[in-house]
Amino acid sequence: MNALITLLFTFAILAFVLGFGYRIYDYARTPAPLLIPTTPAPTSRVGMLLRMLREVTLFESLFKANLWTWAASWAFHVSLALVLIRHLRYFTEPVWFWVVLAQPFGLYAGLLMVAGLAALWARRIFVERIRYISTPSDHLMLALLLSIASSGLFIKFLFNTDIIGVKRFCLGILHFDFQALPGDGLLYLHLSLVALLLLIFPFSKLLHAPGIFFSPSRNQVDNPREKRHLSAWAAKLEK
Amino acid sequence: MATITPPAYRIIPIIPVLNHGAMAKSMPYVASEKMQEAIGFPGKLAENWQETHDAVIAKMGELLGKYRSLKVYMDACVHCGACSDKCHYFIGTQDPKNMPVARQDLMRSVYRRYFTLAGKLFPQWVGARDLTREVLDEWFSYFNQCSECRRCSVFCPYGIDTAEITMAAKEILDSVGYGQKYSNEIIGKVHKIGNNLGLPGPALENTLEGLEEDVKEDTGIDVRFPLDVKGAEVLLITPSADFFAEPHIDSLIGYAKVFHASGVSWTLSSKASEAGNFGMFIGNYDQLRKIALRVREAALELGVKRIVVGECGHAWRVAYSFWNTLIGVGAGAKDPYAIQLQNQLDHRYKQPMHICEFTWDLIERGGLSFNKEANDKHIITFHDSCNVARASRMGDMAGGQFEIPRNIIKAVANNFVEMRDGTTREQTFCCGGGGGLLTDELLDLRIKGALPRMEALQQVADSHGVNFMATICAICKAQFTKVLPIYGFDRRVVGGVHQLVSNAIKLGDK
Repeated sequence: MNALITLLFTFAILAFVLGFGYRIYDYARTPAPLLIPTTPAPTSRVGMLLRMLREVTLFESLFKANLWTWAASWAFHVSLALVLIRHLRYFTEPVWFWVVLAQPFGLYAGLLMVAGLAALWARRIFVERIRYISTPSDHLMLALLLSIASSGLFIKFLFNTDIIGVKRFCLGILHFDFQALPGDGLLYLHLSLVALLLLIFPFSKLLHAPGIFFSPSRNQVDNPREKRHLSAWAAKLEK
Repeated sequence: MATITPPAYRIIPIIPVLNHGAMAKSMPYVASEKMQEAIGFPGKLAENWQETHDAVIAKMGELLGKYRSLKVYMDACVHCGACSDKCHYFIGTQDPKNMPVARQDLMRSVYRRYFTLAGKLFPQWVGARDLTREVLDEWFSYFNQCSECRRCSVFCPYGIDTAEITMAAKEILDSVGYGQKYSNEIIGKVHKIGNNLGLPGPALENTLEGLEEDVKEDTGIDVRFPLDVKGAEVLLITPSADFFAEPHIDSLIGYAKVFHASGVSWTLSSKASEAGNFGMFIGNYDQLRKIALRVREAALELGVKRIVVGECGHAWRVAYSFWNTLIGVGAGAKDPYAIQLQNQLDHRYKQPMHICEFTWDLIERGGLSFNKEANDKHIITFHDSCNVARASRMGDMAGGQFEIPRNIIKAVANNFVEMRDGTTREQTFCCGGGGGLLTDELLDLRIKGALPRMEALQQVADSHGVNFMATICAICKAQFTKVLPIYGFDRRVVGGVHQLVSNAIKLGDK
């Protein structure tokens, strides 16, 4: 069982890094032949970077679209970020000081994360038009994230595990010096689900994470009159 | 003709309940073999479905490699539903497939099946489906119910622009011989005759002479409408509807009066007697470029120093956002092809320039004077046209495309009222006729698509007595002229910004 989960984790991390890396390479190499920022758009590169920053940290467009969806989704993502920061303590030795500072926030974030996910799922079930556009994988993705979050909370609040042992295991994977994982069913479940999430990341709608940075309607500067923008394949037409 | 009843206004603008399949039968006429072949597409679908199937998938693969927008937008959607209540066609028809995300999914489902691992392994789980004849027909129906207005892209957290996907779908359909008659017929006319409306050179010359006589009769002043004048400073590229359609022509008279008052020499071109570029609507880069090339050739032949564009929404998008890329009208080029033209142009001025930028610049410098009372019969509101609002700019500041036309209206008229927030500026609603849908067989769709704009107009008509909706787009003008009466308004409620300029401008003895 121990060897199995080590193998699974190593494989999942590898698949995640390679798959994710390939996607970024693939998006980056695909040309954007025409300037199509959604206007009004920033007229300078700095302005564009600020627009992108607002988009990925505040979800500006979603805020304009629907306040409820924004609230649930922003709560979920911010919580997820805090929870991930909290979990860095399993991968750093000594633990970075800002990770230490973030520990209590990460804990409350775990609860908020579950609330956010539940709200997002409720929309899929109860709002007619969101139900219409939902595929089984949309539901399964929420189920997966909820299971990861709640199994983690169970371990923290009800069925404590040997976190020193967990840390030894995690550092072991990072250094290819594989260590045993404490024998704990709930922990095995939690980690297997995380491995599954890593595995499907590069093959699923989770690609919205790298995708936003490559979205021409958001990452282009509004300067078509000042600069000539020409892709390689379009330039060939002029020969 | 039977009386047409528009959809009822919503009491509160709430999200409509779904009406499945409401618009499943809506589709435009299919382009004839002759029209298709005239612009380099296969005449019709192959007899053998497998052949079409393979061609569609191959074309899709090609486009995914050529357009980052398409590739990222196919992957990034999480079905959050931010866009789901934003499309005017969804609001007007209640058909769930007119929700932007559902429209995208018509293509995304096929993308997933043929281009993603998850869709190949577990199609039902991820909403992937095989490409069948029924799917292709559904594309033809619903991608011809999108006006490429980009309203959804404002609200999408990833900036997914359904217009890009609609354009790709139309490009694929054209490439397998399943084109849309209205757009493709018009593109044929541009190449053959020089403009979308098929107005030949001599007829254009006659029309312009007639206009000179009309304006002389009206004002007593010799306002010129020059055609093909070599050495003129400004080349005006304007939609051909401006030459004879109502109310478009009143704006053309307005441009001519502004040029007259400015003292700047100008000319129209019989070769490039059309600003519109339906190559964009069908998502075909070659056509987009070929149609734009007429402007480059005309500019080089006539030796003009400046290129100004008349009131037309998608034409301004093509001119502002794409001309520098397509034909080198703009600045900053380092390659010989574009430099040839850019060296000829006068870079003290923006290239290209919108007629509203031209007029507003003169107003700001005190170069024009107005008798604002001439517009007192009008209580005016402004309809932002989608391609101007969300796909281009005017002036130096982001959002200048909203301020400059409004500033002009306020400079030439006394009564201006804004429509409700959320229906103007970047959140403006499409007129319902853009994107190559301005054709009679789609009238039902056009009427329903106009609903959100008509609601907002009705509100200011009731509260402030608004009786004139100014706009700067030939398609908006034509669409509203048709649908306003169906909603109980006078057709003359719509008109151009330069129509108002024309009413108020003092020509004096300059």
